[in-house]
Amino acid sequence: MFEISPTEWTAILLSLRVAIIATLVATPFGIGLAWLLARSDFWGKSVLDALVHLPLVLPPVVTGYLLLLTFGRRGLVGAWLADHLGIVFAFRWTGAALACGVMSFPLLVRPIRLSIEAIDRRLEQAAGTLGAAPWQVFATVTLPLALPGVLAGMVLGFAKAIGEFGATITFVSNIPGETQTISSAIYSLIQTPDGDTAAGRLVIVSIVIAMGALIASEWFARRATQRLHGN
Amino acid sequence: MLRVDVTKQLGEFSLSASFTSEGRVTGLFGASGSGKTSLINMIAGLLKPDRGVIAIDDEILDDTAAKLHVPPHRRRIGYVFQDARLFPHLNVAQNLDYGRRMNRLMEDPAQHKRVTELLDIGSLLDRRPAKLSGGERQRVALGRALLSKPRLLLLDEPLGSLDEGRKVEILPYLVRLRDEVGVPMVYVSHDAAELRQLATQIVMLRHGQVTAFGGVKVLTVTPPPA
Repeated sequence: MFEISPTEWTAILLSLRVAIIATLVATPFGIGLAWLLARSDFWGKSVLDALVHLPLVLPPVVTGYLLLLTFGRRGLVGAWLADHLGIVFAFRWTGAALACGVMSFPLLVRPIRLSIEAIDRRLEQAAGTLGAAPWQVFATVTLPLALPGVLAGMVLGFAKAIGEFGATITFVSNIPGETQTISSAIYSLIQTPDGDTAAGRLVIVSIVIAMGALIASEWFARRATQRLHGN
Repeated sequence: MLRVDVTKQLGEFSLSASFTSEGRVTGLFGASGSGKTSLINMIAGLLKPDRGVIAIDDEILDDTAAKLHVPPHRRRIGYVFQDARLFPHLNVAQNLDYGRRMNRLMEDPAQHKRVTELLDIGSLLDRRPAKLSGGERQRVALGRALLSKPRLLLLDEPLGSLDEGRKVEILPYLVRLRDEVGVPMVYVSHDAAELRQLATQIVMLRHGQVTAFGGVKVLTVTPPPA
Protein backbone atom coordinates (compact mmCIF):
# COMPACT_ATOMS: atom_id res chain seq x y z
CA MET A 1 0.00 0.00 0.00
CA PHE A 2 2.80 2.43 0.83
CA GLU A 3 4.63 1.97 -2.42
CA ILE A 4 5.33 5.41 -3.82
CA SER A 5 5.04 5.41 -7.59
CA PRO A 6 7.55 7.15 -9.89
CA THR A 7 5.04 9.88 -10.75
CA GLU A 8 4.49 10.56 -7.07
CA TRP A 9 8.23 10.64 -6.45
CA THR A 10 8.58 13.15 -9.27
CA ALA A 11 5.97 15.39 -7.65
CA ILE A 12 7.60 15.07 -4.21
CA LEU A 13 11.10 15.85 -5.46
CA LEU A 14 9.81 18.72 -7.57
CA SER A 15 7.99 20.18 -4.58
CA LEU A 16 11.15 19.97 -2.48
CA ARG A 17 13.26 21.52 -5.21
CA VAL A 18 10.77 24.33 -5.83
CA ALA A 19 10.39 25.12 -2.12
CA ILE A 20 14.11 24.96 -1.35
CA ILE A 21 15.10 27.15 -4.31
CA ALA A 22 12.27 29.60 -3.58
CA THR A 23 13.38 29.90 0.06
CA LEU A 24 17.10 30.21 -0.67
CA VAL A 25 16.62 32.84 -3.37
CA ALA A 26 14.05 34.80 -1.37
CA THR A 27 16.05 34.86 1.89
CA PRO A 28 18.67 37.51 0.98
CA PHE A 29 15.90 39.76 -0.38
CA GLY A 30 13.86 39.04 2.74
CA ILE A 31 16.74 40.01 5.02
CA GLY A 32 17.38 43.21 3.07
CA LEU A 33 13.74 44.20 3.08
CA ALA A 34 13.27 43.29 6.75
CA TRP A 35 16.27 45.45 7.61
CA LEU A 36 14.89 48.32 5.56
CA LEU A 37 11.46 48.08 7.20
CA ALA A 38 12.93 47.70 10.69
CA ARG A 39 15.59 50.36 10.51
CA SER A 40 14.89 53.11 8.07
CA ASP A 41 12.21 55.66 7.62
CA PHE A 42 11.45 56.72 4.11
CA TRP A 43 8.62 58.04 2.06
CA GLY A 44 6.31 55.22 0.97
CA LYS A 45 7.44 52.79 3.67
CA SER A 46 3.89 51.85 4.62
CA VAL A 47 3.04 51.27 0.97
CA LEU A 48 6.04 48.95 0.61
CA ASP A 49 5.05 47.17 3.80
CA ALA A 50 1.52 46.65 2.48
CA LEU A 51 2.86 45.46 -0.87
CA VAL A 52 5.00 42.81 0.85
CA HIS A 53 1.97 41.56 2.77
CA LEU A 54 -0.36 41.63 -0.22
CA PRO A 55 0.10 37.95 -1.25
CA LEU A 56 -1.07 37.00 2.24
CA VAL A 57 -4.49 38.58 1.77
CA LEU A 58 -5.04 38.47 -1.99
CA PRO A 59 -6.78 35.37 -3.36
CA PRO A 60 -3.87 33.18 -4.55
CA VAL A 61 -5.49 32.91 -7.96
CA VAL A 62 -5.18 36.70 -8.29
CA THR A 63 -1.50 36.62 -7.38
CA GLY A 64 -0.98 33.79 -9.87
CA TYR A 65 -2.78 35.69 -12.58
CA LEU A 66 -0.78 38.85 -11.91
CA LEU A 67 2.40 36.77 -12.13
CA LEU A 68 1.21 35.38 -15.44
CA LEU A 69 0.57 38.90 -16.75
CA THR A 70 3.98 40.13 -15.57
CA PHE A 71 6.26 37.13 -15.99
CA GLY A 72 4.42 35.21 -18.70
CA ARG A 73 5.90 34.86 -22.18
CA ARG A 74 4.22 38.04 -23.33
CA GLY A 75 4.39 39.72 -19.94
CA LEU A 76 6.30 42.94 -19.53
CA VAL A 77 9.08 41.49 -17.43
CA GLY A 78 8.76 37.94 -18.72
CA ALA A 79 9.34 38.90 -22.35
CA TRP A 80 12.37 40.99 -21.46
CA LEU A 81 13.90 38.23 -19.31
CA ALA A 82 13.32 35.64 -22.03
CA ASP A 83 14.83 37.82 -24.77
CA HIS A 84 17.80 39.20 -22.86
CA LEU A 85 18.72 36.62 -20.23
CA GLY A 86 17.04 33.49 -21.54
CA ILE A 87 15.13 33.06 -18.29
CA VAL A 88 11.65 31.66 -18.80
CA PHE A 89 9.14 31.30 -15.99
CA ALA A 90 5.93 30.42 -17.78
CA PHE A 91 4.98 26.75 -17.45
CA ARG A 92 8.40 25.86 -16.04
CA TRP A 93 9.40 24.69 -12.58
CA THR A 94 11.25 28.01 -12.19
CA GLY A 95 7.86 29.72 -12.46
CA ALA A 96 6.56 27.47 -9.70
CA ALA A 97 9.51 28.55 -7.57
CA LEU A 98 8.78 32.21 -8.35
CA ALA A 99 5.11 31.80 -7.40
CA CYS A 100 6.06 30.00 -4.18
CA GLY A 101 8.69 32.63 -3.38
CA VAL A 102 6.21 35.47 -3.81
CA MET A 103 3.49 33.72 -1.82
CA SER A 104 5.80 32.84 1.06
CA PHE A 105 7.64 36.18 1.12
CA PRO A 106 5.47 37.87 3.80
CA LEU A 107 5.94 34.89 6.12
CA LEU A 108 9.69 34.97 5.50
CA VAL A 109 10.09 38.70 6.11
CA ARG A 110 8.03 39.06 9.26
CA PRO A 111 10.08 37.02 11.78
CA ILE A 112 13.31 38.51 10.41
CA ARG A 113 11.95 42.02 10.79
CA LEU A 114 10.78 41.33 14.35
CA SER A 115 14.14 39.89 15.35
CA ILE A 116 16.01 42.86 13.87
CA GLU A 117 13.69 45.25 15.71
CA ALA A 118 14.39 43.37 18.95
CA ILE A 119 18.16 43.88 18.72
CA ASP A 120 19.61 46.32 21.22
CA ARG A 121 20.92 49.07 18.96
CA ARG A 122 23.38 50.11 21.61
CA LEU A 123 25.34 46.95 20.78
CA GLU A 124 25.63 48.22 17.21
CA GLN A 125 26.84 51.59 18.50
CA ALA A 126 29.44 49.79 20.60
CA ALA A 127 30.61 47.92 17.50
CA GLY A 128 30.96 51.26 15.70
CA THR A 129 33.18 52.72 18.42
CA LEU A 130 35.37 49.61 18.11
CA GLY A 131 36.02 50.46 14.48
CA ALA A 132 33.36 48.47 12.65
CA ALA A 133 32.01 50.15 9.51
CA PRO A 134 28.22 49.95 9.06
CA TRP A 135 28.39 46.87 6.79
CA GLN A 136 30.71 45.16 9.30
CA VAL A 137 28.29 45.98 12.11
CA PHE A 138 25.55 44.36 10.05
CA ALA A 139 27.59 41.25 9.29
CA THR A 140 29.10 40.71 12.74
CA VAL A 141 26.42 41.97 15.13
CA THR A 142 23.01 42.53 13.51
CA LEU A 143 22.82 39.41 11.37
CA PRO A 144 24.15 36.92 13.96
CA LEU A 145 21.80 38.34 16.58
CA ALA A 146 18.87 38.13 14.15
CA LEU A 147 19.72 34.55 13.19
CA PRO A 148 16.88 32.88 15.13
CA GLY A 149 14.44 35.11 13.27
CA VAL A 150 16.10 34.41 9.93
CA LEU A 151 15.86 30.65 10.49
CA ALA A 152 12.26 30.90 11.69
CA GLY A 153 11.40 32.95 8.60
CA MET A 154 13.12 30.47 6.30
CA VAL A 155 11.27 27.50 7.78
CA LEU A 156 7.91 29.27 7.68
CA GLY A 157 8.59 30.37 4.12
CA PHE A 158 9.61 26.85 3.15
CA ALA A 159 6.49 25.35 4.71
CA LYS A 160 4.30 27.84 2.89
CA ALA A 161 6.16 27.28 -0.38
CA ILE A 162 5.79 23.52 -0.25
CA GLY A 163 2.05 23.80 0.31
CA GLU A 164 1.42 26.56 -2.22
CA PHE A 165 -1.30 25.66 -4.70
CA GLY A 166 -3.49 28.47 -6.05
CA ALA A 167 -0.92 30.88 -7.42
CA THR A 168 1.28 28.09 -8.76
CA ILE A 169 -1.42 26.27 -10.70
CA THR A 170 -2.73 29.57 -12.10
CA PHE A 171 0.71 30.76 -13.20
CA VAL A 172 2.44 27.58 -14.41
CA SER A 173 -0.43 25.08 -14.62
CA ASN A 174 -0.20 21.42 -13.57
CA ILE A 175 2.27 19.65 -15.84
CA PRO A 176 3.57 16.32 -14.48
CA GLY A 177 7.36 16.39 -14.25
CA GLU A 178 7.61 20.14 -14.80
CA THR A 179 5.18 22.04 -12.60
CA GLN A 180 3.17 19.36 -10.84
CA THR A 181 3.97 19.73 -7.15
CA ILE A 182 2.59 17.57 -4.33
CA SER A 183 -0.39 19.90 -3.96
CA SER A 184 -1.34 19.88 -7.62
CA ALA A 185 -0.71 16.13 -7.84
CA ILE A 186 -3.13 15.56 -4.97
CA TYR A 187 -5.63 17.85 -6.67
CA SER A 188 -5.41 15.81 -9.88
CA LEU A 189 -5.57 12.47 -8.06
CA ILE A 190 -8.70 13.24 -6.11
CA GLN A 191 -10.42 14.12 -9.36
CA THR A 192 -9.44 10.76 -10.87
CA PRO A 193 -11.41 7.60 -10.14
CA ASP A 194 -9.32 5.25 -7.94
CA GLY A 195 -6.94 8.09 -7.15
CA ASP A 196 -7.73 8.01 -3.44
CA THR A 197 -4.93 5.67 -2.35
CA ALA A 198 -2.27 7.61 -4.23
CA ALA A 199 -3.68 10.90 -2.93
CA GLY A 200 -3.60 9.45 0.58
CA ARG A 201 0.07 8.58 0.21
CA LEU A 202 0.92 12.12 -0.89
CA VAL A 203 -1.13 13.54 1.95
CA ILE A 204 0.96 11.52 4.41
CA VAL A 205 4.15 12.66 2.70
CA SER A 206 3.07 16.32 3.01
CA ILE A 207 2.29 15.85 6.68
CA VAL A 208 5.72 14.30 7.26
CA ILE A 209 7.51 17.13 5.42
CA ALA A 210 5.52 19.82 7.25
CA MET A 211 6.12 18.21 10.65
CA GLY A 212 9.81 17.77 9.86
CA ALA A 213 10.10 21.45 8.94
CA LEU A 214 8.36 22.57 12.13
CA ILE A 215 10.50 20.34 14.35
CA ALA A 216 13.64 21.50 12.57
CA SER A 217 12.67 25.14 13.05
CA GLU A 218 12.03 24.60 16.77
CA TRP A 219 15.43 22.97 17.10
CA PHE A 220 17.23 25.70 15.16
CA ALA A 221 15.46 28.44 17.08
CA ARG A 222 16.36 26.86 20.42
CA ARG A 223 19.99 26.40 19.46
CA ALA A 224 20.26 29.92 18.12
CA THR A 225 18.68 31.39 21.25
CA GLN A 226 21.06 29.42 23.43
CA ARG A 227 23.98 30.67 21.40
CA LEU A 228 22.87 34.25 21.86
CA HIS A 229 22.32 33.99 25.56
CA GLY A 230 25.45 32.00 26.06
CA ASN A 231 24.08 28.99 27.85
CA MET B 1 45.00 67.19 23.45
CA LEU B 2 41.23 67.18 23.25
CA ARG B 3 39.45 70.30 22.07
CA VAL B 4 35.68 70.56 22.41
CA ASP B 5 33.54 73.58 21.58
CA VAL B 6 30.01 72.52 20.78
CA THR B 7 26.34 73.33 21.22
CA LYS B 8 23.48 70.88 20.91
CA GLN B 9 19.75 71.21 21.40
CA LEU B 10 18.07 68.03 22.65
CA GLY B 11 14.38 68.73 23.03
CA GLU B 12 14.05 71.26 25.84
CA PHE B 13 17.62 70.69 26.96
CA SER B 14 20.41 72.79 25.54
CA LEU B 15 24.01 71.77 25.90
CA SER B 16 26.86 74.16 25.38
CA ALA B 17 30.37 73.13 26.29
CA SER B 18 33.79 74.46 25.53
CA PHE B 19 37.06 73.20 26.94
CA THR B 20 40.53 72.08 25.94
CA SER B 21 42.14 69.35 27.96
CA GLU B 22 45.73 68.13 27.97
CA GLY B 23 45.18 65.87 30.94
CA ARG B 24 45.80 62.18 31.04
CA VAL B 25 42.37 61.72 32.61
CA THR B 26 39.80 64.42 32.02
CA GLY B 27 36.96 64.03 34.50
CA LEU B 28 33.51 65.10 33.31
CA PHE B 29 31.68 65.81 36.54
CA GLY B 30 27.99 66.58 36.97
CA ALA B 31 24.66 65.34 38.23
CA SER B 32 22.51 63.08 36.07
CA GLY B 33 20.83 65.21 33.43
CA SER B 34 23.71 67.67 33.27
CA GLY B 35 24.61 66.57 29.73
CA LYS B 36 27.68 64.43 30.44
CA THR B 37 26.63 61.46 28.34
CA SER B 38 25.45 63.62 25.43
CA LEU B 39 28.81 65.35 25.51
CA ILE B 40 30.89 62.17 25.31
CA ASN B 41 28.52 60.73 22.73
CA MET B 42 29.44 63.74 20.62
CA ILE B 43 33.14 63.12 21.21
CA ALA B 44 32.59 59.48 20.14
CA GLY B 45 30.71 60.62 17.04
CA LEU B 46 27.46 58.90 18.05
CA LEU B 47 25.73 62.26 18.28
CA LYS B 48 26.28 65.19 15.91
CA PRO B 49 26.71 68.65 17.40
CA ASP B 50 24.41 71.39 16.07
CA ARG B 51 27.33 73.74 15.93
CA GLY B 52 30.99 73.65 16.83
CA VAL B 53 34.26 71.81 16.65
CA ILE B 54 35.68 68.64 18.19
CA ALA B 55 39.36 67.87 17.62
CA ILE B 56 42.05 65.55 18.94
CA ASP B 57 45.52 67.02 18.57
CA ASP B 58 45.53 68.44 15.03
CA GLU B 59 42.85 66.18 13.67
CA ILE B 60 39.39 67.66 13.37
CA LEU B 61 36.61 65.15 14.01
CA ASP B 62 33.66 67.50 13.85
CA ASP B 63 33.44 70.92 12.30
CA THR B 64 29.89 71.97 11.56
CA ALA B 65 31.00 75.08 9.67
CA ALA B 66 32.94 72.86 7.24
CA LYS B 67 30.16 70.20 7.32
CA LEU B 68 32.73 67.72 8.59
CA HIS B 69 31.67 64.74 10.67
CA VAL B 70 33.98 61.75 11.02
CA PRO B 71 31.81 58.67 11.71
CA PRO B 72 32.44 56.75 14.97
CA HIS B 73 34.21 53.83 13.31
CA ARG B 74 36.88 56.09 11.82
CA ARG B 75 37.63 58.06 14.98
CA ARG B 76 39.74 55.50 16.82
CA ILE B 77 38.09 56.51 20.06
CA GLY B 78 37.37 53.70 22.50
CA TYR B 79 34.18 53.81 24.55
CA VAL B 80 33.41 51.94 27.75
CA PHE B 81 29.68 52.18 28.41
CA GLN B 82 28.00 52.07 31.77
CA ASP B 83 26.24 48.86 30.74
CA ALA B 84 29.37 47.21 29.22
CA ARG B 85 27.55 46.24 25.99
CA LEU B 86 29.52 43.08 25.41
CA PHE B 87 28.38 41.12 22.36
CA PRO B 88 26.20 38.31 23.76
CA HIS B 89 26.86 35.95 20.85
CA LEU B 90 30.64 36.08 21.26
CA ASN B 91 32.73 34.74 24.10
CA VAL B 92 35.14 36.93 26.07
CA ALA B 93 38.12 36.15 23.83
CA GLN B 94 36.10 37.05 20.70
CA ASN B 95 34.79 40.20 22.33
CA LEU B 96 38.36 41.24 23.17
CA ASP B 97 39.50 40.52 19.64
CA TYR B 98 36.61 42.35 17.95
CA GLY B 99 38.24 45.76 17.56
CA ARG B 100 41.45 44.31 16.19
CA ARG B 101 39.53 42.31 13.59
CA MET B 102 37.37 45.24 12.51
CA ASN B 103 40.37 47.54 12.17
CA ARG B 104 42.36 44.80 10.42
CA LEU B 105 45.25 45.25 12.83
CA MET B 106 48.03 42.69 13.17
CA GLU B 107 47.77 40.36 16.14
CA ASP B 108 49.69 41.76 19.06
CA PRO B 109 50.16 38.95 21.61
CA ALA B 110 52.29 41.17 23.86
CA GLN B 111 49.59 43.79 24.21
CA HIS B 112 46.91 41.13 24.54
CA LYS B 113 48.87 39.57 27.40
CA ARG B 114 49.50 42.92 29.08
CA VAL B 115 45.85 43.96 28.94
CA THR B 116 44.43 40.62 30.08
CA GLU B 117 46.91 40.56 32.97
CA LEU B 118 46.30 44.18 33.89
CA LEU B 119 42.56 43.53 34.08
CA ASP B 120 42.79 39.96 35.42
CA ILE B 121 40.52 38.54 32.75
CA GLY B 122 42.78 35.76 31.47
CA SER B 123 40.67 33.10 33.20
CA LEU B 124 37.42 34.35 31.63
CA LEU B 125 38.37 34.01 27.95
CA ASP B 126 36.13 31.02 27.17
CA ARG B 127 33.05 32.37 28.89
CA ARG B 128 30.01 34.07 27.43
CA PRO B 129 29.05 37.54 28.73
CA ALA B 130 25.88 36.05 30.26
CA LYS B 131 28.09 34.03 32.61
CA LEU B 132 30.05 37.01 33.94
CA SER B 133 29.45 39.12 37.02
CA GLY B 134 28.86 42.85 36.60
CA GLY B 135 32.44 43.67 37.60
CA GLU B 136 33.90 41.07 35.25
CA ARG B 137 31.78 42.40 32.39
CA GLN B 138 33.06 45.90 32.97
CA ARG B 139 36.69 44.70 33.03
CA VAL B 140 36.18 42.83 29.75
CA ALA B 141 34.58 45.95 28.24
CA LEU B 142 37.65 47.93 29.29
CA GLY B 143 39.95 45.34 27.74
CA ARG B 144 37.89 45.24 24.54
CA ALA B 145 38.11 49.02 24.16
CA LEU B 146 41.85 49.08 24.91
CA LEU B 147 42.69 46.30 22.47
CA SER B 148 41.12 48.25 19.60
CA LYS B 149 44.13 50.57 20.12
CA PRO B 150 42.24 53.83 20.56
CA ARG B 151 43.96 57.20 20.80
CA LEU B 152 41.41 58.32 23.38
CA LEU B 153 39.32 56.28 25.76
CA LEU B 154 35.88 57.44 26.88
CA LEU B 155 34.44 55.96 30.06
CA ASP B 156 30.80 56.70 30.85
CA GLU B 157 30.22 55.97 34.54
CA PRO B 158 31.90 52.58 34.18
CA LEU B 159 31.21 51.92 37.86
CA GLY B 160 27.69 53.29 37.72
CA SER B 161 25.89 49.96 37.49
CA LEU B 162 27.99 48.29 40.21
CA ASP B 163 27.34 48.13 43.93
CA GLU B 164 29.82 49.62 46.43
CA GLY B 165 31.77 46.40 46.91
CA ARG B 166 32.27 45.96 43.16
CA LYS B 167 33.31 49.59 42.73
CA VAL B 168 36.14 49.07 45.18
CA GLU B 169 37.06 45.99 43.18
CA ILE B 170 37.29 47.85 39.83
CA LEU B 171 38.76 51.19 40.89
CA PRO B 172 42.34 49.88 41.34
CA TYR B 173 42.23 48.53 37.76
CA LEU B 174 41.31 51.98 36.50
CA VAL B 175 44.18 53.56 38.45
CA ARG B 176 46.58 51.00 36.96
CA LEU B 177 45.16 51.72 33.55
CA ARG B 178 45.85 55.42 33.99
CA ASP B 179 49.39 54.84 35.22
CA GLU B 180 50.50 51.97 32.99
CA VAL B 181 48.68 52.44 29.68
CA GLY B 182 49.47 55.57 27.75
CA VAL B 183 45.95 56.26 26.43
CA PRO B 184 44.37 59.55 27.49
CA MET B 185 40.92 59.14 28.98
CA VAL B 186 37.72 61.09 29.44
CA TYR B 187 36.02 59.79 32.57
CA VAL B 188 32.38 60.65 33.21
CA SER B 189 31.07 60.45 36.75
CA HIS B 190 28.72 62.04 39.25
CA ASP B 191 30.91 60.74 42.07
CA ALA B 192 33.46 63.30 43.26
CA ALA B 193 35.38 60.70 45.29
CA GLU B 194 35.91 58.54 42.21
CA LEU B 195 37.19 61.48 40.20
CA ARG B 196 39.50 62.62 42.96
CA GLN B 197 41.24 59.27 42.73
CA LEU B 198 41.41 59.12 38.96
CA ALA B 199 41.18 62.44 37.18
CA THR B 200 43.98 64.89 36.46
CA GLN B 201 41.67 67.59 35.13
CA ILE B 202 38.02 68.32 35.81
CA VAL B 203 35.29 69.71 33.58
CA MET B 204 32.26 70.48 35.70
CA LEU B 205 28.89 70.43 33.96
CA ARG B 206 25.62 71.76 35.23
CA HIS B 207 22.37 72.03 33.28
CA GLY B 208 24.29 71.69 30.04
CA GLN B 209 26.86 74.39 30.80
CA VAL B 210 30.49 74.14 31.88
CA THR B 211 30.58 75.78 35.31
CA ALA B 212 34.17 75.06 36.29
CA PHE B 213 37.34 73.77 34.70
CA GLY B 214 40.71 73.01 36.26
CA GLY B 215 42.63 70.61 38.47
CA VAL B 216 41.03 68.14 40.83
CA LYS B 217 40.80 70.87 43.46
CA VAL B 218 37.73 72.36 41.73
CA LEU B 219 35.88 69.35 43.15
CA THR B 220 36.62 70.43 46.71
CA VAL B 221 35.84 74.13 46.49
CA THR B 222 32.55 73.71 44.67
CA PRO B 223 29.52 72.24 46.44
CA PRO B 224 28.17 69.02 44.93
CA PRO B 225 25.87 69.75 42.00
CA ALA B 226 22.19 69.85 42.72
